[in-house]
Amino acid sequence: MAGFLLRRLVNYVVLALVATFLAFTLASATFDPIGVLQQRNPPPPAASIEAKKRDLHLDQPIPQRFVTWMGGVVQGDFGRTIADRPITDELGRRIGVSLRLFLIGITIGILFGVLLGVVSAIRQYKFSDYFATLFSFILLSTPVFVLGTLLKMGAQGINDSIGTNVLIFVGETTPGFQGNWFEHLGDRLQHLVVPTLTIALGQIAYYSRYQRSSMLDVLGSDFLRTAQAKGLTRRKALFKHGLRTALIPMATLFAFGFGLLVVGGTFTERIFGWFGMGDWLVTGISAQDTNITATVTLFVAVCVLFSGWLADVLYAALDPRIRVN
Amino acid sequence: MTVILNEGDSAGTTGAASGSPVDAAPEPGKAMTRGRLVLIRFMRNKLALVGLVLILGMYLMAFVGPLLSKWSYDTQDYTAFLEPPYSEHIFGTDKIGTDMFALTMRGLQKSLIIGLLVALISTTVAAIVGAAAGYFLGVADKALMWVVDLLLVLPSFLIIAILSPWFRGKSWFLLVLMLAAFQWMITARIVRGMTLTLKEREFVKAAKFMGQPARKIIAKHIVPNMASLLIIDATINVGSAVLAETGLSYFGFGVQSPDVSLGTLIGLNAESATTFPWLFLFPAGFLVVFVLAVNWVGDGLRDALDPTSTRVRRKEKKDTKEKAAS
Repeated sequence: MAGFLLRRLVNYVVLALVATFLAFTLASATFDPIGVLQQRNPPPPAASIEAKKRDLHLDQPIPQRFVTWMGGVVQGDFGRTIADRPITDELGRRIGVSLRLFLIGITIGILFGVLLGVVSAIRQYKFSDYFATLFSFILLSTPVFVLGTLLKMGAQGINDSIGTNVLIFVGETTPGFQGNWFEHLGDRLQHLVVPTLTIALGQIAYYSRYQRSSMLDVLGSDFLRTAQAKGLTRRKALFKHGLRTALIPMATLFAFGFGLLVVGGTFTERIFGWFGMGDWLVTGISAQDTNITATVTLFVAVCVLFSGWLADVLYAALDPRIRVN
Repeated sequence: MTVILNEGDSAGTTGAASGSPVDAAPEPGKAMTRGRLVLIRFMRNKLALVGLVLILGMYLMAFVGPLLSKWSYDTQDYTAFLEPPYSEHIFGTDKIGTDMFALTMRGLQKSLIIGLLVALISTTVAAIVGAAAGYFLGVADKALMWVVDLLLVLPSFLIIAILSPWFRGKSWFLLVLMLAAFQWMITARIVRGMTLTLKEREFVKAAKFMGQPARKIIAKHIVPNMASLLIIDATINVGSAVLAETGLSYFGFGVQSPDVSLGTLIGLNAESATTFPWLFLFPAGFLVVFVLAVNWVGDGLRDALDPTSTRVRRKEKKDTKEKAAS
């Protein structure tokens, strides 16, 4: 069991390294920061362009640049942006912003998604099932940037009808906000509701579809009938034997879901003006900044792989057959 | 992660490879072809029919609509800036006086073409590569599995976004190729899994022992046997390609001006959506309805083509139970 998890972990670390290397190489090969610099008006002097080239290690071959950068990363130094600011300064705060969005979003998404899926499986072809199906079909067809903007419009409507700004949809906190710890928490919550809902709704739809079909498979199974035949109540049989088995495929889906979440998070951060990792990626690519892009890729890779590994752990916890092997 | 994909593979395999459909007993004295059976089953699904009508309607509208309108996307009406919809401009106008209906139709055209092309290319590639990997196994097979794993870690959205400075100012067809290049892998894995079982079947072995070359066996015996899966997949891929394209275009990483897609329109107008909702709602509405319609059709096709899929099987079970009870 420990061996299995360790093997998976090593596999994931290698994948993360390869992914980051690939992103770094692609970014180095396509980005042209000097070209951006030269288009400035008035054009910068040749000497400062030369200096910039040296600063960005553009005179070295790409693999060597990657080794230099990775060497810094191992020591906690992610290099400098084109504007010559250390990436490490901003990194912690941005990761915090993104992770808060992701973790709350995915927790709500999984909880309600599984619940909705189970309910619609148990009440198959009843009104609530049709309603849940329609709801998730529409949500799955609505890209995050449309959903986010629609929720923004909805929040504006609610604010207008109440008369005060209850739901704030710009930024993750009010700049220069004064108050005690409790008021700060309230301020953050006001900012949190709409963006989190944007992330969570899509996740709920995504998980509920899979949970429904996996629960349906279990509902028709023999062991559930046996559980009831030996005297368990239907509720107990459903939740103790049925739900646990139906959750097994979900554990592995979790890893796929996380990649989706990261991309969705990028849109959400841009729409609501949160300065997180997704926002940084878009700024980094627009500024043709290799270091920022590679740092964000590393973050994404670590997130996806950690969730993949967590999925393996959950899988092992839920399915005894894995533990035996 | 490997665990799941393998499971998905086997599920797909048992799904389409098992016997012929048995429901909807043919009328006595009249032989039912498979095509007719599939058509009947598809027509039974109301949502799928609605979806099909919507999709055809939108393709028609995107290409015929602009001809019927008196405004074009490159002319401005200097008497109407930022007007909400009214009789003259049914979708309103933007801040330089361009008719939103003309713009939306132009965006819709581009998004629909991109979606269709990407789906066709990626499904074709998936069928060829997946079948070849499954048939020959070996190094190509290992490489394929590994690339799919890698793509989970490095989302295609990220790769195309990174490469976007490179195709800026070039033809939008490059974007089509990029989108297709990252969409075929997961289907290829499912195709590979199905090939593994198909190649053990008698008819494939017979063809092999009769001296057919591998290329012909794949083209004539293996791929046609996965037609259902490929049709469903191509349909769903149109939807996901449109979503991927609009997502990239939203940030300016996809379709570049002077081309317009639904994504660029939404990205341009999302900021002002709370004050000038019509600029945002029309392109966004078309996008959502199109993807929804594609998903409905995909679902309907799955039920019609693949009799072992959960939904139909359960419904039939229920029907037979009810019949037995009555």
